[in-house]
Amino acid sequence: MNELQTILSDTANRLLAGRITRKVLEAAEAGEWQAGLWQALEENGLPRVLVPESDGGAGGGWAEASIVLKAAGRHAAPVPLGETILAGWLLAKAGIGMPDGPVTLVGAGAMIEKGKISGKAPGVPYARHASHAVILHAKPDAQSTKIALVALKDAAIEEDVNLARQPRDTVVFSGEEAAESGEIPGLVDVKLWGALLRACEMSGALSSLLEQTVQYAGERKQFGKPIGKFQAIQQQLAVLSTHVAAANVAAAHACAAADKYSEKGSARFEIAVAKIRADEAANLATGIAHQVHGAIGFTYEHSLHFATRRLWSWRAEFGSGRDWAKELGHAAIERGGAALWPFVTAR
Amino acid sequence: MQEFRFDLCTLPPEAEALRKEVRAFLADELKDMPAVTRAQTWMGFDAEFSRKVGEKGWIGLTWPKKYGGHERSAFERYVVLEEMLAAGAPVGAHWIADRQSGPLLLNFGTEEQRQMLLPEIAKGTCFFCIGMSEPDSGSDLAATRTRAEKVEGGYKVNGTKLWTSNAHKAHYMIALFRTHFDPDNKHAGLTQFLVDLKTPGITIRPITDLAGNAHFNEVVFEDAFVPDNMLVGSEGSGWGQVTAELAYERSGPERYLSSYLLLQEMVGELKARGDSSADAEIGRLIAELVTLRQMSLSVAGMLEAGENPALEASVVKDLGAIYEQGLPVKAHELLGGEPRLAGGSDYEEVLGYLAQVAPSFSLRGGTREILRGIIARGLGLR
Ligand SMILES: Cc1cc2nc3c(=O)[nH]c(=O)nc-3n(C[C@H](O)[C@H](O)[C@H](O)COP(=O)(O)OP(=O)(O)OC[C@H]3O[C@@H](n4cnc5c(N)ncnc54)[C@H](O)[C@@H]3O)c2cc1C
Repeated sequence: MNELQTILSDTANRLLAGRITRKVLEAAEAGEWQAGLWQALEENGLPRVLVPESDGGAGGGWAEASIVLKAAGRHAAPVPLGETILAGWLLAKAGIGMPDGPVTLVGAGAMIEKGKISGKAPGVPYARHASHAVILHAKPDAQSTKIALVALKDAAIEEDVNLARQPRDTVVFSGEEAAESGEIPGLVDVKLWGALLRACEMSGALSSLLEQTVQYAGERKQFGKPIGKFQAIQQQLAVLSTHVAAANVAAAHACAAADKYSEKGSARFEIAVAKIRADEAANLATGIAHQVHGAIGFTYEHSLHFATRRLWSWRAEFGSGRDWAKELGHAAIERGGAALWPFVTAR
Repeated sequence: MQEFRFDLCTLPPEAEALRKEVRAFLADELKDMPAVTRAQTWMGFDAEFSRKVGEKGWIGLTWPKKYGGHERSAFERYVVLEEMLAAGAPVGAHWIADRQSGPLLLNFGTEEQRQMLLPEIAKGTCFFCIGMSEPDSGSDLAATRTRAEKVEGGYKVNGTKLWTSNAHKAHYMIALFRTHFDPDNKHAGLTQFLVDLKTPGITIRPITDLAGNAHFNEVVFEDAFVPDNMLVGSEGSGWGQVTAELAYERSGPERYLSSYLLLQEMVGELKARGDSSADAEIGRLIAELVTLRQMSLSVAGMLEAGENPALEASVVKDLGAIYEQGLPVKAHELLGGEPRLAGGSDYEEVLGYLAQVAPSFSLRGGTREILRGIIARGLGLR
């Protein structure tokens, strides 16, 4: 890690570990906005990690952002930190300044016509708490993407949540005026970059799952010894750890590709790989973690579910592993068997 | 709890330049080789091919020039390896010496041993085998029984090594023998030796595997004499040395690419059939391939930096073996078709070969359960 990365890692993990208590998580699940937590994150500049220094950000790339995203996943941060980080990056690409407060993202459903927004967008993270939303809309020539920043305070919002009780609202736009609008070269879509957010957050949540489960196996005693001394449990934890490692590597690889190719927008392949791998790891890891925890891990009282319920929702958000795998597989079959290895090694 | 370290690694430009050269060489060398033969990759033994690879300067790539090496980086070596495996080159003859016996001699061998053997290995003319396993010592390697008893000028060896790949074709074995027996410490008293396989008193009997191929052997030692100057490292340090050697044995791309050719055939077959029903499964397999490659590269990077990635190598080998073993099953589920020994399409024949050898992927080089035990220790559980 370089200096900026070390600072980010220390700051993010210390802040989140200190502030996200069980009470905070429960209150957030009951629908309460965590204003104190958000304010602390803003004071430390974490939502602006991808904003250039000239615009008041940290000037980091995805390698830096991934550290913050991973920490957010690890500590189950009940705020739209990832969404705001991505929004800041997209706005900077169009030269639009970042507003204060949490900013969310609108993918499919909304359209930008002459600076006005219309359409019904489902599954918008934290819309009810966000000050603004970033909307992307591909231009018909497929050469560039329209971007708009719109205030949400007067928008019509139908509240909904995912399995982890994180707000996933439907926003109905009826000709709201964009606060700012512009264009980004190339095709940029919320599903793709949202998938990168979730892959990074999932790698953090998976690491915390491993940590919690290894710790529990060392503490819980049956038959006169810690269950972690039983070989059957050891082998399960070993399997869990290999999948956590794989998901982390795939996410890091996607971030490196995003930094390398972001101009051309062609990190799509690596991001798909990361989301597919995180999805697969989540399937396996949540099962093992719950098995090792026994009945106590199945209670609301225990904290394990803050990670596992997130993983069950996140693996499906911004394209499931299966969606992305279909796209990858289809393209590979189209290119043919002989082209596979040269393609893989060129990435 | 310790987190495994997999730092990402970018291949330097000289490695990518070398890739082009290797690819061109292989395209020419392998153009008439049937797919089912290429599917054997590092199980395929072809002394003439190994000599040509040595001539190219691609064996002992990282070793000092004074021992016939080429003083290039671990990344360049990695690229040569992965290109050979993906193309299905018959690298078996020189593979073991390049991967572990050479590095072992560089680490622990005497100057005389290095000068005598490393240049020959690098030329692709001197082949090695690994004598670790025995009839009663498989996973429990420290149970090694084959005795090397001190006699005038050397050691007298008695016992049996088993499953020794290529012993019937190799020139030398790096063998683990017991030089001292301490009932309270079975890890002590083990010593590594360089054994010339032409030595009187050694009988090598090939063992036919379930697919009908004879690549591994039983090697019986009856009063075989090994001279003092063939001891590797120091007497009694065999356990530590062998553990270091296993890090090389477990760390390479051959631990996830053994079935790569089948994936390539599956993709080709689906394209020919115009079948899109398996798109998602193929996509998952490619995602895993890319992830394993990044993990494997990361291990190569740690080796280049002089670190000890034994734990990370076990992680890659465990995930890699699941992947390699899963491919014949996936092929069967997604594409069907009968596996064939001969007379079928490339896909059917490659499937026929790999379906049979796949069980060995999680046995050779340390079983799945043993690797997971190592990982569990890394997690602090034992
Ligand atoms: C194709 C092939 C090539 C080989 N080439 C070589 C070679 O060149 N040189 C060489 O020295 N060896 C070679 N081997 C041998 C290989 O290293 C051994 O097969 C391996 O170490 C396992 O030993 P074993 O077969 O005796 O099985 P065992 O050790 O008897 O194991 C049988 C089963 O019990 C499990 N088991 C054993 N101990 C434990 C434990 N403590 N906890 C949980 N489960 C356990 C194992 O995981 C396995 O599932 C080769 C093997 C194969 C298949």
